[in-house]
Amino acid sequence: MNVGAVLVEGTRAALGVPAAAYALAAIGLNVQFGFTGLLNFGQVGFLLVGAYGTAITASHGLPLPLAFLCGIGAAVVLGLILGLPTLRLRADFLAIVTIAVAEILRHLARAQAFEGLTGGSTGIQAFATSFFTTANKIPKGRYGIGDLSFDERQLWITLVGWALVALCALLVRRLVRAPWGRVVKAVRADQDAPRSLGKNVFAYKIQALVLGGAIGALGGIVLAVDAQDTNPDYWVSDFTFYAFASLIIGGLATTVGPVIGAMVFWFLIQTVDSILRQLVTAGPLGSVLGPTDIGPLRFALVGLALMLLMIFRPQGILGDPDDVRAIDQ
Amino acid sequence: MVWHPTTSEKRDRRVRRHRLVVALVAATFGVLMLLTDRSRAQEVPTSSPPPAGPTATAPGTTVANGTAVVGTLTTPSGPVAGARIEVSADGKVVGEARSEADGSFRVPVPTGGRYQVHLDTATLPAGVQVSSTGRDTLDNVLVFTGRPQRVNFDLVAGGADGAAPAPVSEGPGVVDRFADLVLSGARYGLVIALCAVGLTLIYATTGLVNFAHGELVTFGALAAWLLSSSAWFSLPLAVAAIGAFVLAAAFGALQDTVLWEPLRRYRPGNISALVVSIGLALFLRNIYLVVFDSNPRAFAQYATQDAITFGPFRLQPKDLVSMAVCLAGLAATAALLRWTKLGTAVRAVSDEPDLARSSGIDVRRVFLTVWALGAGLAGLGGVMLALTQGVQWNMGLRLLLVVFAAVVVGGFGSPAGAMLGGLLIGIVSEVSTYWVTPDVKDVFALSALILVLLVRPQGILGVRERVG
Repeated sequence: MNVGAVLVEGTRAALGVPAAAYALAAIGLNVQFGFTGLLNFGQVGFLLVGAYGTAITASHGLPLPLAFLCGIGAAVVLGLILGLPTLRLRADFLAIVTIAVAEILRHLARAQAFEGLTGGSTGIQAFATSFFTTANKIPKGRYGIGDLSFDERQLWITLVGWALVALCALLVRRLVRAPWGRVVKAVRADQDAPRSLGKNVFAYKIQALVLGGAIGALGGIVLAVDAQDTNPDYWVSDFTFYAFASLIIGGLATTVGPVIGAMVFWFLIQTVDSILRQLVTAGPLGSVLGPTDIGPLRFALVGLALMLLMIFRPQGILGDPDDVRAIDQ
Repeated sequence: MVWHPTTSEKRDRRVRRHRLVVALVAATFGVLMLLTDRSRAQEVPTSSPPPAGPTATAPGTTVANGTAVVGTLTTPSGPVAGARIEVSADGKVVGEARSEADGSFRVPVPTGGRYQVHLDTATLPAGVQVSSTGRDTLDNVLVFTGRPQRVNFDLVAGGADGAAPAPVSEGPGVVDRFADLVLSGARYGLVIALCAVGLTLIYATTGLVNFAHGELVTFGALAAWLLSSSAWFSLPLAVAAIGAFVLAAAFGALQDTVLWEPLRRYRPGNISALVVSIGLALFLRNIYLVVFDSNPRAFAQYATQDAITFGPFRLQPKDLVSMAVCLAGLAATAALLRWTKLGTAVRAVSDEPDLARSSGIDVRRVFLTVWALGAGLAGLGGVMLALTQGVQWNMGLRLLLVVFAAVVVGGFGSPAGAMLGGLLIGIVSEVSTYWVTPDVKDVFALSALILVLLVRPQGILGVRERVG
């Protein structure tokens, strides 16, 4: 087995654009679930409206920076629409409503009826070309060492993605260390305590939902811009669950936990994929498994890992067991 | 008075339970082994889709799929709207659509391959017919993956009396179409209800919102397929359905014994249990996909049947059987809950667990029973769903949210509410296709869920204090 190649591929995946997008989605979930205790199972819906908000406005001629703002704005609007009626519900009900809304959005995005606006089942393509041409100041060439190198296009979107991750992580760090963070943590542990001190619990919940959703939308925008495509089949509910897995791997209610978690998630996904592929094509597993079994098998392992983590180490790599206990009384 | 077991009875039960657990583990592994061999032994000879389409950035996402049967229905006097086109493969319907106002239709199909395309002449406007008998079905239409395939139906104006065709903008038989939709909604709704009862009972007693319930539905369908239509077993489907019920119940009991019961002791929190159920769902679903492939499979029996007509209703005998089975399952569950000692214990535990425990009810046994019963019903629901849809690795996932909708609409934790909610959701989503294309019918089911939560968060039959 070629261990070197496996590690390089894993590192590449851990630094890639999808890992950055997952990190953003997980940072958003961390604000909602980790700090505030809101169980949002529809995070992918925020990514979807971010991507479509950007793509639709950009393909109608709006300059890209404004289109990005439209994508974020769409996520804010979704957060308000979703939050105002549902945040009074209990955590598990909120989970069902949010996952239902995400599925509704995906069905609508791919519906024939809105094909003119959303591109139906194929989505919108090539809406962010100027991001890679005029906005990219990186000279042509390859950057990096050996197999771990990027061309100027990949480097640009990767840098932008991770810069957004860093910005959002810092923003969240500042917020949760401020009074705002202490109130949402109090809401997480017991709604009635901050309410009895005169805090508007509902307003804090809405703010957490909207902020987390907007950060998630950035992830959706990054993914869609990188692919130059808003294929509606990207935004399936499993995406949210993988983001959850990333968050729990890294550690709930920590600043860098979701970032580390997303990188570890992608590193593991890619290394498991490479190892399985070597075992299937050249190794002993070839008689039992086919090449098409590798993809599902590694996600079966993700499921297993999510179960075992949640049972035996719910605080992940960096988290504090007390935070988990506070969410889950 | 509640039954108090003596020490020797307890020991006997423990021994029996151990035997049961060992037997269940052995049976489940046996089934899994068979499944593994199976998927190697018989590759379905449909053309597999090439890895076309945009590169999937996110894991678990599917490739964009433009694979479809398309066409336009016109007569010399104008387009034909509202006619129903059905696409089937190996006798199993894989998709249907109604023609738009401009006569165009588009039926997405899962992969490339050979399909049969059927125009439902009963839905043609008065005075419009196919040019000659038998022209309403195109056998052997070859569709390539990722590309729409155009088909033509030869339509002529003029009925029996040669009269000019009626205005074609409106489809015929509004009553018939409505009756059809309500009936198929009721059939779908009863399946949803059967799956929802287990989900709601598990929630009511153990407090778990089980996101892995859909995988029990798939398990039942897979088990029935294995018992009735595989290389090793070719039992009659009726026997296989009973077998699927038993196997799914055993699977549920196994899950409760090895996973949920230890978890309740070790980490009693509803949210972490919920996340664990997500992990379990991901695990099982992808294992199904590895063991089977992504191709839908039909049962060997009852794949195609001639429809029979009752007044405005038109349905296949298997639909009738499916409805009867679901109704029987629901009635039996209701009777069990209402009139047996076990049912009383279940209701007591769901009302007030601590009081139930302190009055001597064996809560552990109630949990195990509810898991077995709920899983068995979900498995049976899977078989009934597969009668019309075929068996596929992700069928449970697709049903899960609709089942949640039914449970919430009816009132979370209320079995009667789950039955009512299932029926309502099924009819709402099917009837919505009268106005919208079938690809958005789930939107209506899920919107009903949200609407009910806004207006009456405890659901139709729920109890107020269940919602925090």
